[in-house]
Amino acid sequence: MSTDVITLPGAQTTVEMRRPLVDTLHEWVTTVDHKKLGLMYILYALVFLLIGGVEATIMRIQLSAPHKDFVSPQVFNRMFTMHGTTMIFFVAMPLVFGLANYLVPLMIGTRDMAFPRLNAFSFWLSAFGGLLLYFSLIGANGLYGAGNAPDVGWFAYAPLTSHSFSVGHSTDFWTLSLLVSGFGSIGTAINIIVTILCLRCPGMKLGKMPLFVWLNLVMAGLVILAVSPLSAAQIMLSIDRYLGGHFFDTQAGGSAVIWMHFFWIFGHPEVYVLVIPAFAVACEVIPVFSRKAIFGYPVMVAATIAIAFIGMSVWAHHMFTVGMSSNANTFFVLSTMAVAVPTGIKIFNWLATMWGGKIDFKTPMLFCAGFLFQFLLAGLTGIMMSAAPFDWQLGNSYFVVAHFHYVIVGGILFCLFAAFYYWFPKMSGRMYNEPLGKLHFWLFLIGFHLTFDFMHIPGMLGMPRRIYTYEPGRGWDTWNLIVSIGVVFQAAGILVFAANLIWSYFRGKIAGNDPWDAWTLEWTTSSPPPAYNFAAIPSVKSRRPLWDLKHPEDPDWKYE
Amino acid sequence: MSVATVTAFEPELQWEPSARGRLGMYCLIAAEAAIFTIFVVAYLFYLGKSLSGPTPQQVLHVPVLFTICLLSSSLTIHLAVRSLRKAKVGAFARWWFLTLFLGATFLAGTAMEWRHLIYDEGLTIQTNLFGTTYYSLVGLHAFHVLMGLLALSTVWLFAMFGKVRNEHAERIDTLALYWHFVDTVWVVVFLIVYVIGR
Amino acid sequence: MQSTRNISAKLPLFKALAALLLLASSCLLAQSPTFSSPTNIFAPASTPAKSIFGLSLFVLVITGAIFVVVASLLAYAVVKFRKRKNDDSSEPAQVYGSNQVEIAWTVIPILIVVVLFMATARVIANVQKAAPDNAVHITVIGHQFWWEYQYPGLKVVTANELHVPVGYPTEIKLLSADTDHSFWVPRLAGKTDLIPNHPNVMWIDPQEPGLFLGQCAQYCGTQHAKMLLRVYVEPRTEFDHWIQQQSQPAQSSDTVSEGQRIFEATACVNCHAVAGTPARGRFGPDLTHLMSRHTIAAGIAENNHENLRLWVQDPSRLKPGSLMPAMGLNEHALNALTAYLETLR
Repeated sequence: MSTDVITLPGAQTTVEMRRPLVDTLHEWVTTVDHKKLGLMYILYALVFLLIGGVEATIMRIQLSAPHKDFVSPQVFNRMFTMHGTTMIFFVAMPLVFGLANYLVPLMIGTRDMAFPRLNAFSFWLSAFGGLLLYFSLIGANGLYGAGNAPDVGWFAYAPLTSHSFSVGHSTDFWTLSLLVSGFGSIGTAINIIVTILCLRCPGMKLGKMPLFVWLNLVMAGLVILAVSPLSAAQIMLSIDRYLGGHFFDTQAGGSAVIWMHFFWIFGHPEVYVLVIPAFAVACEVIPVFSRKAIFGYPVMVAATIAIAFIGMSVWAHHMFTVGMSSNANTFFVLSTMAVAVPTGIKIFNWLATMWGGKIDFKTPMLFCAGFLFQFLLAGLTGIMMSAAPFDWQLGNSYFVVAHFHYVIVGGILFCLFAAFYYWFPKMSGRMYNEPLGKLHFWLFLIGFHLTFDFMHIPGMLGMPRRIYTYEPGRGWDTWNLIVSIGVVFQAAGILVFAANLIWSYFRGKIAGNDPWDAWTLEWTTSSPPPAYNFAAIPSVKSRRPLWDLKHPEDPDWKYE
Repeated sequence: MSVATVTAFEPELQWEPSARGRLGMYCLIAAEAAIFTIFVVAYLFYLGKSLSGPTPQQVLHVPVLFTICLLSSSLTIHLAVRSLRKAKVGAFARWWFLTLFLGATFLAGTAMEWRHLIYDEGLTIQTNLFGTTYYSLVGLHAFHVLMGLLALSTVWLFAMFGKVRNEHAERIDTLALYWHFVDTVWVVVFLIVYVIGR
Repeated sequence: MQSTRNISAKLPLFKALAALLLLASSCLLAQSPTFSSPTNIFAPASTPAKSIFGLSLFVLVITGAIFVVVASLLAYAVVKFRKRKNDDSSEPAQVYGSNQVEIAWTVIPILIVVVLFMATARVIANVQKAAPDNAVHITVIGHQFWWEYQYPGLKVVTANELHVPVGYPTEIKLLSADTDHSFWVPRLAGKTDLIPNHPNVMWIDPQEPGLFLGQCAQYCGTQHAKMLLRVYVEPRTEFDHWIQQQSQPAQSSDTVSEGQRIFEATACVNCHAVAGTPARGRFGPDLTHLMSRHTIAAGIAENNHENLRLWVQDPSRLKPGSLMPAMGLNEHALNALTAYLETLR
């Protein structure tokens, strides 16, 4: 905060003195406090969300009609590369890490993460990665002219990324920025794991942690196992490009397919890294707004661990069209279908949580309700594609694009919006504006469905992905136009969201400690929490310590 | 307002660094192990697939002496930590220096081997698939040895100034854990490159 | 606030119904004329595409049923259990779990997975198998940004427009000269990638004649979007006739035209081949029977005089990022060269 209240000894009044801006900036840049770092991750992600959204808008304008000339093919190819890379690595990951950073220590009743300096270092590494990626816009061609963003697609298949096909340095900016932010991610993951395993308050055994904490623990474990293969593959790619290596050099007998394996061994667990924290949000919001404990806590934990394990064995379902043997294809069909089982179990458990409850559809719950329907649908289109022969038609088409946006936007982003609205009062001390929140929800919902429901259709009609234009007469025109129109509503929703955040930060009603009548430890602190989180480290007896306090006649620990 | 009992504010109890440090190091080791696994997979996948150039059988000689050096350095670092736990700072410094020496010898051995491969056998990272995967895998390991040596040297410098004492034993042990990991990786790399791969 | 709460509560239900309707209608209408498209995956015209279609219907029915059941339950929950206006702020009964229910909704999905898996495994085995002996053999080589077709047994090399006989299987070997591509003609088969140093094999078995469209389905660079596929499925006699024509060298005329001289003297011969002449380049499409094709530049432009001339003058006008350079010919040379190309029937 930029103002300090100073009480002069013996004075009858207090004086507010403004701290110099430089002081405030210095405090934030050098902070090791998990709350400030969490907020910085989140703000960083929001900025890149806007940038990624602009990139998407450019693409949708270009594709709204066949043979449009809005941007050149070179620019379009850079757009889809940058959009994908930005959204995954510099929006979704920072949002996930930011929420974990802010909330995990509060929820387990401790003062900070296990390694505060590592926390800060990891944040700045990740942040630098994003800036490095965008520096490619000016720097990629060195001194010889304007730079160029990478245009190899966010999964950068070999041999398109070799020097023969990617001249200049744009691909290197992709590689290096992700390598750097990848190390930041691993650092944060280590921090999360050690914090959760070592710093829980007295009484909080592993079986008593909030599900948000459990799921972030699983996510962090996945990051450690999944981001490392990407780092390895990127080091190999750099060796190929800089040192003349042949890892992915098909002319020297190298294999383009092995890049795909390495990438997707990262790429598939990565989507679980993103979605499991979204589940974590749902596991907190849905119970509170249904006024019921989460149904099947142990099963939820077990299902999440199962998802993480099985999810490490499904990667080649992204490669069904590559020409693997029928045995390999069959195996990955089985593992992919298998991962649907624990995922479905979670949806049923959320349903059972709401069942018999008293659901209050405030903005966070609206977004979670949207999440449930949309994630169900996304999972089902995933099952369609897990049937490999069906994927031989649907794969690499707009059906896939629709599916994964359904998961990432309809599932993950909706949960992250729910998280924003749910914890905004805690983080800022003020309530957001509820009607504006609902307006955001409806605008975004309409836009989301206009865009991503109808996007499935061109995929089924043969439209491949990553094309900067398409032929008329293939039956794709109308659908693409509808898809593009949806962008307007989504943009409007985001603008309302941003306006709400800003307005409420300055003018929102004071929230108090516990505006939602919730049950986990973060709601015992002031809003926002003091730097030290808790005056006295709490001790707990059940999974919902505040429920026990509020209902001393019927505490949870009698039933757990 | 706390939830069952009010515990008196005891800041120090929360911050036991030893458990955290070790667990953090285990997590780092897990991440590094995943990176090495990918390089090992690439090495194994490309065995026998080079289109030309020297083969492992032709040019690789088993680095027995330098392997013994590196593996013994695990023993010496263990002895160093044990000495420190018993507050024998002098013994600690001697064993620690020996670890450094053995590690540096291993690196020197790698350097000599590479010099021979590059100048006498004509095998570089560009030569063929074997060259690429060999130098990458062994080089990645050597890089980790180098980073370890830098950390070990820093500790040794502090020891020379008398700053390392018995109460630092846990942290030094955590660093030793990293060193043991580096040695374990070498066992795997050695088996894959010099035994199975030849 | 009252009306907002009412709408807020009911509209999740409307949302559910709308989504249901959308999905159901999408699937059902996919085959109707409303969705007519020459590249509709639900209008198979070849055996592997039909196998896939059968599996896809089965999968759609099962996933559709799951959606209807679960979405209905969700919709019911959001309506029935919403907080009422006259709520007394008491907490509802807290239910922590139920082992029976958990077992039930674990076992049932596992059974569904088993059924789906077995159906899928069978189709994989049916499609990923060797083609029968009477198959026509074609080798497709993917280039940035065109398709090379070789009929090795029949000694034919052509580009961009593929001809196959109806009612016969055709086995297609897939190679790449540069980076990854993917051969996708939805009505004939699922897509298979062309990956350098990783030969793939697929087969088609067209059951009806006609022109089938598709395009490259793996991002391969700037002009990935304009690497179109045109497969002409024709009766056996017509196919044999086409083969016979394609295997002839270029018709030579006594007067060596000025255009041919320009073609052979300029860099054209480095990339292009014309059988029966010194031109033996393989980087670009074989031009021996250029005029037998309906389109140029991998299907994106009609093969007529204006387009041909424009293409030779400056390929980037039609396909910016194409690897063929503008040769910088003057008007006269351009006309002569185009005239020569138009003799390559």
